[in-house]
Amino acid sequence: MTVFCLIEVDGAAGAGGVAGVADASLRAITLARCLAASATSATSVSESAGVSGAVGGVAAVVFGGPPADEPGSAVEPGVLADLAAYGVTDVYAVSGIDGYAPLAWARVLQALLSETSGHAVVAAGTEHGNEVLAHLGAITALPMAANCTQAVDKGDGEYAIVRQRWAGLLLEEAVLDAPAALLTVATDAVAPVPAEAAATVTVHQVSPSVDGGDLAVRAVETPAGAGGASLATARVVVGGGRGVGSADGFAPLEELAALLGGVVGVSRVVTSEGWRPHTQQVGQTGTKITPDLYLACGISGAIQHIAGCSGAKNIIAINTDPAAPMMTRADYAVIGNLHEVIPALVTALRERAAPGS
Amino acid sequence: MEILVCVKRVPTVGGAITLTADRRAIDTKASGFTISPHEECAVEEAVRLVERFGGSVTVATLGPVAAEEQLRACLALGASAAVLVETEPGVEVGPIATAAALHSVAAGGAFDLVLLGNEASDTGDYQVGIRLAHLLGWPVATGIKALPVDDAGGSGSSVSASRTYRGVLETFALPLPCVVTVKEGINLPRYPSLPGRLRAKRAPITRVPGPDGASDGAAQSAQSAQSAQSVGDVRMTSLRVPDAPKKQATVLGQGAAAVPKLVDVLVELGVVS
Repeated sequence: MTVFCLIEVDGAAGAGGVAGVADASLRAITLARCLAASATSATSVSESAGVSGAVGGVAAVVFGGPPADEPGSAVEPGVLADLAAYGVTDVYAVSGIDGYAPLAWARVLQALLSETSGHAVVAAGTEHGNEVLAHLGAITALPMAANCTQAVDKGDGEYAIVRQRWAGLLLEEAVLDAPAALLTVATDAVAPVPAEAAATVTVHQVSPSVDGGDLAVRAVETPAGAGGASLATARVVVGGGRGVGSADGFAPLEELAALLGGVVGVSRVVTSEGWRPHTQQVGQTGTKITPDLYLACGISGAIQHIAGCSGAKNIIAINTDPAAPMMTRADYAVIGNLHEVIPALVTALRERAAPGS
Repeated sequence: MEILVCVKRVPTVGGAITLTADRRAIDTKASGFTISPHEECAVEEAVRLVERFGGSVTVATLGPVAAEEQLRACLALGASAAVLVETEPGVEVGPIATAAALHSVAAGGAFDLVLLGNEASDTGDYQVGIRLAHLLGWPVATGIKALPVDDAGGSGSSVSASRTYRGVLETFALPLPCVVTVKEGINLPRYPSLPGRLRAKRAPITRVPGPDGASDGAAQSAQSAQSAQSVGDVRMTSLRVPDAPKKQATVLGQGAAAVPKLVDVLVELGVVS
């Protein structure tokens, strides 16, 4: 079977930096590869790392290239390299749709699904991924399963899936009966795993004829200002909760985050109090983070918050309460008032960076 | 502006989630119920629009009779009419069937705008609003965090819906009527007023039979209700609480005295060189 995977790209051309496949999409490809492999081997697939690099028949779908008759490569070299490393054999480079238009994108996926032997479409469980696949589900009258952590093809149009409920606090084991499986991938629960052997990628140009009505809802894109997107992909997040105490109390957290090359995240109470904007909220109704380090300061650890930070590789808690729920999620803890610990930590880090100054 | 807001009764989840013995539902014996935070914001947004432009807010839910509690909570916040599409208690209705049921409510009124939460906090299907929009033949935008509106609706009107995605502000222009799903952060919902609560207590709630025909009578067996509702949707077989890494944090020390050890850990983790 062919599993189509909707690809989101980081670092657009001209923005400096190297373009590549977004981390969330690498995770989606990993699940797509497992699904494709399950169709041939009928073996169960591990939830996390250790996935075999079996030839999976994953076809990437990348939107946003220039029209086929204009000069310029349809797919950035960095994107192609990432796709090859993740075992993608075919890339469908879709041109001629200007910007993000969810329904038009879904129509293109629908056409690919019907024109080829594809049996599944997978996307990252991001706002774009969930939105495009929900449109695809609506126009094809197929069921769609959001935020899957596992998917296995059982044959005869039956798929066994595990998906997140309650933002991952609960897992649902389910059966999907459909001629084609439409799945999005829980990006905090599926680790990105490259294929054992890189694939040779064949690029197919797709120039769809799109109905004007399908383009009616289209994003007009403007830069959102510094730091708008970095919480979801930051390698270090310094979290502040009720213990910070006030809007002014965040200054040392900002300073620490800057020293660690990270960003500030907050718990729900902080945005409810109006101390920080909702864009910085970590949790079920905010942003899900997957940093190398989450430094949770004055955060007790309500489960809606845990749902947003359980994808962190390491958690360090700074809290006055040694019995706070966060202590059972953290790897390390400092028992104490964050307003004493953080300034001392900032001083120590500055000393370390510039001894004697 | 005539606005329909769709909400869902979900358990209030505080500490650990406990499942029922058959592992097909959350044990709610000791929990209260609420609506999702995104939906609280949808209700607030609708009430604010009607306060500015006139019109009315209707709130609808698909759920058991007990979901009247959530409808009354929305009435207390400023909705003026409520519709309960009644389902059998304990029967889950998937997103395809839910959208179809909500469609019958939305198509039955003269609404300019239908608001939903981006996703329900329990099942998190991320699709009911979009499926509903396709059934209505209306445009839709999801995950919206700002919804500035310039006029009171009517033909030729449009709304501008926006959200921030991966560092980019995405703005969608939608002609009315349309469907918009919103996220927490679009506003700060108000608390219900005392007069609002008193009004909500007395307000009539329109009951209509759900996709499983629950209001047709209790004679209908749960078995047939279940088979009727599951057509097309993903079929849940069981639920489980993920194996959380049961760990107890290694305590590095008390207060500022722990900082040297903390720095060592940061170095070990590679975030400080």
